[in-house]
Amino acid sequence: MIQYSRFELPNGLRVLVHEDASTPMAVVNVLYDVGARDEDPSKTGFAHLFEHLMFGGSIHIPEYDDELQKAGGENNAYTTNDLTNYYCQLPSANIETAFWLESDRMLSLAFSKKSLDVQRKVVSEEFKEHYLNKPYGDVWFKMREMAYENHPYRWMTIGKELSHIEEATLTDVKNFFFKHYTPVNAILVVAGNIVTEQVYELALKWFGDIPSGEKYIRSLPQEKPQQAPKRMDITADVPVDAFLKTWHMPARMDPRYYTIDLITDVLGSGASSRLYQALVKEQQLFTNIDCYHFGSTDAGLICIDGKLVKGVSLEKAEAAIEQLLEKLKMEGISVSELEKVKNKTESTMAFEDISVMNRAASLAYYELLGDANLMNTELSKYHEVSAEEILKESRIIFDEKNSHTLYYRAK
Amino acid sequence: MLNRKIAPPIKDAVEFELSLKPYDKYVLKNGVEVYAVNAGAEEVLQVEWVFWAGNWYEEKNMLAPSVNFLLKNGTRQKNAFEINEHFDYYGASLGRACYNETATINLQCLTKHLGILLPVVRELLTDAVFPEQELQLYQQNSRQRLEVNLKKNDFVANRLIDEYLFGFDHPYGRYSRFEDLAVLNRDEIQEFYKRYYQQGKCMIFVAGRLPVNLYELMEGNFGDLPLHATQPGEIIHKVHPASEKKYRISNDPNGVQGAIRLARHFPNRHHPDFLGAQILNTVFGGFFGARLMNNIREDKGYTYGIYSYLQNHIQDSAWLVSTEAGRDVCEATITEVYKEMELLRTELVDEEELMLVRNYLIGSILGDLDGPFHIISRWKTIILNELKEDFFYKTIETIKTTSAEDIQKLAEKYLRPEDFYELVVV
Repeated sequence: MIQYSRFELPNGLRVLVHEDASTPMAVVNVLYDVGARDEDPSKTGFAHLFEHLMFGGSIHIPEYDDELQKAGGENNAYTTNDLTNYYCQLPSANIETAFWLESDRMLSLAFSKKSLDVQRKVVSEEFKEHYLNKPYGDVWFKMREMAYENHPYRWMTIGKELSHIEEATLTDVKNFFFKHYTPVNAILVVAGNIVTEQVYELALKWFGDIPSGEKYIRSLPQEKPQQAPKRMDITADVPVDAFLKTWHMPARMDPRYYTIDLITDVLGSGASSRLYQALVKEQQLFTNIDCYHFGSTDAGLICIDGKLVKGVSLEKAEAAIEQLLEKLKMEGISVSELEKVKNKTESTMAFEDISVMNRAASLAYYELLGDANLMNTELSKYHEVSAEEILKESRIIFDEKNSHTLYYRAK
Repeated sequence: MLNRKIAPPIKDAVEFELSLKPYDKYVLKNGVEVYAVNAGAEEVLQVEWVFWAGNWYEEKNMLAPSVNFLLKNGTRQKNAFEINEHFDYYGASLGRACYNETATINLQCLTKHLGILLPVVRELLTDAVFPEQELQLYQQNSRQRLEVNLKKNDFVANRLIDEYLFGFDHPYGRYSRFEDLAVLNRDEIQEFYKRYYQQGKCMIFVAGRLPVNLYELMEGNFGDLPLHATQPGEIIHKVHPASEKKYRISNDPNGVQGAIRLARHFPNRHHPDFLGAQILNTVFGGFFGARLMNNIREDKGYTYGIYSYLQNHIQDSAWLVSTEAGRDVCEATITEVYKEMELLRTELVDEEELMLVRNYLIGSILGDLDGPFHIISRWKTIILNELKEDFFYKTIETIKTTSAEDIQKLAEKYLRPEDFYELVVV
């Protein structure tokens, strides 16, 4: 049970506090309700580029990192298709430094030309390092474009193409900032060796006078129901054939989410999962295979992803997967298999909550979803899932009509 | 009115008192030592069995990691699936890893399940059978993984730089090859298993919310096994560094980035310069605010990231600079790295930067003492490297007291371009 308290500043900033006196540290986590899905299709990669710019100096403080490090702190950030999250950890005696730094960059960035020039290059190198210079690095660019016709999940957080980042201007940057980086679109979580009253006072002192900004109302183009399966067959300079197939799945807050999450564990998580046992160990068609989803806020994708043993044809490999899915749709799962994936969920959650940093990020995330207390109640939703629901859901979700299949062939 | 230009007062690192929670130690009947740290809020724990079974002890390349990997792929009583199913059923994870000197088995589980999981770990140490079919599958899948990895410049660069430093015949310089994978055989695997796992030197590290009967559980499951607290006979490997220092390797004609590695030899943790060198390394390239990152990423934008570090070896270490940079700026990147070395040799680090580094280091150690897994990991380093118990406090003392002059002296001694191997893989 994670204890926390919650209050809102007059400018709309939501604040959550989680006290834990067992650590000498404090964590300050600021989540902004903006991700790659909120980008203009002609200016993709912006939410992520922005994450870099947030370290290039704010209006009163030229060097975020130096100041934090002086106070014994460390920080990082990440951007997803749904959100952008900044977090730092420092000795709790120095917590006010984090308030000073985070509030100043919420107030305004310095918008330095030099910072933009350099970070454009850095992000270009990141693009190359992770997506261009790696075998199979572009596979998700292709899959997203095939699976989504309307929704902005069509592109990756790094951006659709390098040119969008290379052409970003200071005006673009400013517009993006004042639209999304405002108290009313942010969630502040403070956790660790602190007391709630102290956090309240510090929050009011440092964040209280920042103009609230306009609440960003999201209205994204949604996918129309898919009518027919889609397929793509490509050849690239890679050593072995790879297979990737996805199906549309509902949004994070849909009640079906928990059942589908457990289905991915039945099929593809761990060395005793169905796909691994049948296709890697018994039939020896794949060298590795997995089933997973991204937990995306809007309707997302459930994926099966594997690399083939040399000499095995993609057609044969796909047929074997199909056979396993048919078996699941016919017979469902046993009580003990259901118990296994529930145990795994319980254990994963317990391990995640070990670190104060993770607890802070989870609180912010669940608050964004609409209810921070989900952090304490989600496990019971998994426990409620029955074997019948797994059977029923597997028949709905693995509908060929809703699928996208990618053959990635070695030259 | 709030003045946002003025930083709130901070407590400096030198004022923090850091302490490393002590461990409890048990010795099992067979002499095996168990180190335990009971801490944490969640009802979870981790047990790590450390065997002196790393590639230091193998007579054929890749034998040690193969034995380690295949440990849980079949016993006299259970096949691989049944073993995995047992751990997965309880939501536990059973990992294994092979390093240079040591190889480990690592169990993470909810505390309430420990009792039912340990007997199967015991079974792996008494009854593993290494089925022929599992070996073949492992060879096939490793071969394909290696093919994929060899396409990656960073993977190739990491292998080569180790080979230049230590020589391919040394455990630190050796790497996986198709030909070695192909000739692995079951007899040699079983022989290695018997010698280094069934009857080998073992130590156990436990951390988390521990059950009250931990000692009985450990004694009952492992105290009667023919394991040892010491390794009979030392094996010595000589280092054979390459004579040529500079390498430019072409691996991927269409690649957009090159993998850069610069490396020199460095003594191990027992050397009097080791702790001071860690401070110098932090200034040079050891963290996000370091000079290499500031210059080459934040000022020039040549790379997504650049770091320097001391390798985590027990016997002989090495000092490395590692980065992936744009294909056409690789040489410029190397020039900048040497410039930063020169600055550290010729100019004193100013007090403000030094204080920042001190505070950063103390803060990160403080943050790293968060939770039982981090605490046991610090103790493990001290114990496996046979360091004195006060190593942790010496580290803190060094961070607080190392002067700008000390740092410059160390830079003059160690950051000399002529001592560095230089590699670019594009």
